[in-house]
Amino acid sequence: MRLFEFFRSKSSGTKSSDGGGGGQSADKARERLQLVLAHERLDRWSADYVPVLQKEILAAIAKHIPIDQEKVAVKLERGADMSTLEVNIELPAPQEFTKKTGPRLAAGAT
Amino acid sequence: MAKIIVITSGKGGVGKTTTTAALGAGLAARGHRTVIIDFDVGLRNLDMILGCERRVVFDFINVINGEAKLHQALIKDKRLDTLHILPTSQTRDKDALTTEGVESVLDQLRGDFDFILCDSPAGIERGAHMAMYFADEAVVVANPEVSSVRDCDRILGLLDSKTRKVEREQERLKQYLLLTRFDPGRVNKGEMLRIEDILEILAIDLLGVIPESESVLKASNLGMPVTLDNKSNAGKAYLDAVSRLLGEQLEHRFLAPERRGLLQRLMGRTA
Ligand SMILES: Nc1ncnc2c1ncn2[C@@H]1O[C@H](COP(=O)(O)OP(=O)(O)OP(=O)(O)O)[C@@H](O)[C@H]1O
Ligand SMILES: [Mg+2]
Repeated sequence: MRLFEFFRSKSSGTKSSDGGGGGQSADKARERLQLVLAHERLDRWSADYVPVLQKEILAAIAKHIPIDQEKVAVKLERGADMSTLEVNIELPAPQEFTKKTGPRLAAGAT
Repeated sequence: MAKIIVITSGKGGVGKTTTTAALGAGLAARGHRTVIIDFDVGLRNLDMILGCERRVVFDFINVINGEAKLHQALIKDKRLDTLHILPTSQTRDKDALTTEGVESVLDQLRGDFDFILCDSPAGIERGAHMAMYFADEAVVVANPEVSSVRDCDRILGLLDSKTRKVEREQERLKQYLLLTRFDPGRVNKGEMLRIEDILEILAIDLLGVIPESESVLKASNLGMPVTLDNKSNAGKAYLDAVSRLLGEQLEHRFLAPERRGLLQRLMGRTA
């Protein structure tokens, strides 16, 4: 029996002669699915809040500073314990500031 | 100016998304600036296959609706910096794909990329129509099986009539067949359609034959295009297909059953 199991695991190991990496890819798949589905189920009742959120952040800033819509980068990284939403807005350099380095405003939210 | 290639099939579940990810990563790995667009609105999958599902903020439909800029929705692959993904919406439906919207996104991308790959949804409805409408070339994906080949023929008919190239320039777009989930053992036993027969029935050029392979499942588990697995025969077959897309002439490989070791045969396993 032991010997049989040895051959079994050995032979399923050689199966991956087509394809490298080996190991527990199914575990990785489960983790990825759990994470993405947890977020999607949340999104279902707060669907598409990111565009609205972005619009509101921009409107708030635009009250004080003229900003170029093209210079706004929104990045999201979903994690198991915490997600980060990063909004990078490039502000125009006022004349009295240096021309080269426009100050950057970064808003972080979790 | 980018070349727009649609990956389509008619029949569902034959391997379009797997193929789009594999070809896209293959082209990008050879230094071509490549963007992959998911046209399967409502059933987002390409992000999982490419392993960028945690980084989706905006999508194709947000861009079409003017809710986000294109550059905000594009996701850059972490492994290949020549590869970008435009994910689709998980919450909207295919009616969100307007002709003008799709055209404007493609026009914006054309200047910045060498290849634009469009992953079509199954069927012949709006999503599939929009995925193929602006294409310069088409890769039709099929399995060696009657219903798949039949649906392929239907799609080839649409590619010959319902695309902008045909409507405007009266020019046929280049079409290739990509045969996947090919199992040489079963073909030899007469259980699966033969390649020559399929090519004769469809009268189309063969881009590649991808063997049925466990490495495809593993790659999708990991969120890695199978072309990045350099030990995978399916990956190698896809890389050959990439070369053919780029105009190189290569022999087709992996058409004969793999010789199995004594142990594997005793265990009744197939490679
Ligand atoms: N060469 C292959 N060997 C083994 N399995 C494969 C191969 N190609 C694809 N598959 C499997 O077939 C299934 C369908 O693949 P995929 O999602 O790429 O199809 P699709 O045509 O995009 O489907 P849909 O029509 O739903 O969009 C997946 O489980 C995938 O892992
Ligand atoms: Mg698909």
